[in-house]
Amino acid sequence: MLKIEDLHVSIKGREILKGVNLNVNAGEVHAIMGPNGTGKSTLASVIAGKDGYDVTGGNIIFKGKNIMDMSIEDRAREGIFIGFQYPVEIPGVSIANFMRTALNEIRQYRGLDPLNGAQFLKLMNEKKKIVELTEKLSTRSVNEGFSGGEKKRNEIFQMAMLEPMLSILDETDSGLDIDALRIVANGVTKLKTKENATIVITHYQRLLDYIVPDVVHVLFDGKIVKSGPKELALELEKRGYDWIKEEYEQGKLI
Amino acid sequence: MKPFADYLEQLKQYRLQTQPDPFRPVEEYFKCQVANMGSIMLPILNGWYVHEDMPLTTYENGVIAGSIKAAIAQYPELINPYLCKLQENEKSGLIESNEHEFTDGIFIYVPDNTKVENPFQIVSLVNSREDLLVQNHNVIYVGNNSELSIIQCDDSTKYGKTFINVVTEITLSENARLHYYKTENKEAESMLFNHIFVNQKAYSQFHSNAITFNAGYVCNDIHVNLNEPFAEANLYGLYLVDKTQKCNNHIQVRHHATDCKSSQLYKGIMDDESEATFHGHVVVEQDAQRTAAFQTNRNLLLTDKAKINTKPFLEIYADDVQCSHGATVGQLDEEALYYLRSRGIGERSARKLLMFAFANDICQHVEIQALKDRLSDMVQRRLNGELTICDQCMWHDAENSNVIFPIDASKL
Ligand SMILES: Nc1ncnc2c1ncn2[C@@H]1O[C@H](COP(=O)(O)OP(=O)(O)OP(=O)(O)O)[C@@H](O)[C@H]1O
Ligand SMILES: [Mg+2]
Repeated sequence: MLKIEDLHVSIKGREILKGVNLNVNAGEVHAIMGPNGTGKSTLASVIAGKDGYDVTGGNIIFKGKNIMDMSIEDRAREGIFIGFQYPVEIPGVSIANFMRTALNEIRQYRGLDPLNGAQFLKLMNEKKKIVELTEKLSTRSVNEGFSGGEKKRNEIFQMAMLEPMLSILDETDSGLDIDALRIVANGVTKLKTKENATIVITHYQRLLDYIVPDVVHVLFDGKIVKSGPKELALELEKRGYDWIKEEYEQGKLI
Repeated sequence: MKPFADYLEQLKQYRLQTQPDPFRPVEEYFKCQVANMGSIMLPILNGWYVHEDMPLTTYENGVIAGSIKAAIAQYPELINPYLCKLQENEKSGLIESNEHEFTDGIFIYVPDNTKVENPFQIVSLVNSREDLLVQNHNVIYVGNNSELSIIQCDDSTKYGKTFINVVTEITLSENARLHYYKTENKEAESMLFNHIFVNQKAYSQFHSNAITFNAGYVCNDIHVNLNEPFAEANLYGLYLVDKTQKCNNHIQVRHHATDCKSSQLYKGIMDDESEATFHGHVVVEQDAQRTAAFQTNRNLLLTDKAKINTKPFLEIYADDVQCSHGATVGQLDEEALYYLRSRGIGERSARKLLMFAFANDICQHVEIQALKDRLSDMVQRRLNGELTICDQCMWHDAENSNVIFPIDASKL
């Protein structure tokens, strides 16, 4: 579903991603871990098509199409979703209006009729349950005044609404209390099908107890330096990244 | 007034439109579509108060409302203390002209200790094939501990050039409260000068919210005098202009007494070659200790040719004050745009959503729910290019409007 080939990305002249390769198939869950500042969020942003990044080499292929020249919105309409590490507050735009606009533009792109008010309402109420949201979404502005945890929960709600093919969840677990973590993780699990794929970016094993990954990758110094089964996450949690650094510097990895 | 003096003179040459037939039912001229607002109509057509045979109505609770000319004849003792009482330094040529030559206008009198449940709605409509000069004068008096809401709609429909010059004198007695909502939807050939003067006694509150949907040439002047302690004035405004429309907001708030509060939040979106001015002037006099005064003006310029002239200005002579002012002229928040687009919303729609949010913020300060919803809807339609001069009569005209609500958010 997603194939990243030798991706090089610079920000303001500084190379952040130094040749990332990644292959994600339908039905899979991948975890990306790695120390702060190694480029995990950058990778998510570049997949989403955010401006301000110089892609100096490589390709991103999604469902067989090279998406490098696609607009942000078209990538989303093709089925890419990012659960942001720091969701933006948008005062004055209600969550309901936001989701209705998004959903209908995606449907239009796919040649489907727009949902009418009643259909949308029904869908929204169903999806609210997935992340146990109780708020009135017509009056609440997107993320405005939300706590860190509420913002993350709202990201998963949006994911539930838009039913993406590929979800990249960037530290969705950070800032969640124990109950919220369970709710969010269960939400993600409920949304998992054979057809879609998930990439979770995380620092903690905790989340991976709920969302069990097929593969764990370590992003270090702008590259995926190690990939392994779910046990790799446990090992990282126990041992930290020093050994990765050592092995990397000794040229043992890649 | 210099640039308009010639125009004014020229318009004066034209014969004033005759007063509409007083015995035609008011409903033939005005219908307000906004349901659940329960407002009492005070219609003005081409500068004349429209009524069947009652130029002035006295309600059970002692409230008096209707034609100012009738009030001058019937209740001189009520109106004279508040009529044409502006300070010399507050007057301009246009105001003097208005004082001498106003044809009609609205008088509203609220006695002490009276909460007026239903808002009064002053609908000022111009519909004339000939060029027209309208000079209206309004006097609004709210007694001690009383409360009133006014909705004022200035619209023009079609045909001739119009020049409208309105002076409104508002007096708020002790602990009186006035919510004053204004909408302006004027076509390109119209010039509208609105001068509002507010005098406030102790503990009184003045809340105004002025939304300009279309401008022609609009000039809104608001002068507020906070004359006694603990008076409060909150002024909100929104101007949405495009093409060659011009909208000026000149605000002056004078803190004469201690412990008063004033705030201003004005926002504008300017497209094409439109121009807008925000001059907000707050004066805190030497004795006005413990004043709190805030001013903000935010603008979105959509083209290089659109212009905003913004001058938030504080003039402070007291030392114990809490004041701030600021102006921004900018584009939309790029991070927010990215967020919206990353959910599949096209760039154009994303911009529109953010623009709507920016503008709708002002509607959120409207306290009458039905009016708030309606204004939000109108802002939305304006930004979508659907609220044009041709269908602007949606304010009044139930038959001709074809309102499509894209989402009934209140149900969600
Ligand atoms: N807009 C930007 N301008 C300048 N530098 C940036 C920008 N965005 C990211 N960077 C830099 O790129 C590097 C990678 O940042 P990124 O956010 O991708 O890291 P991360 O792996 O997600 O870290 P964390 O675990 O802390 O979330 C960092 O050194 C960061 O400072
Ligand atoms: Mg990050």
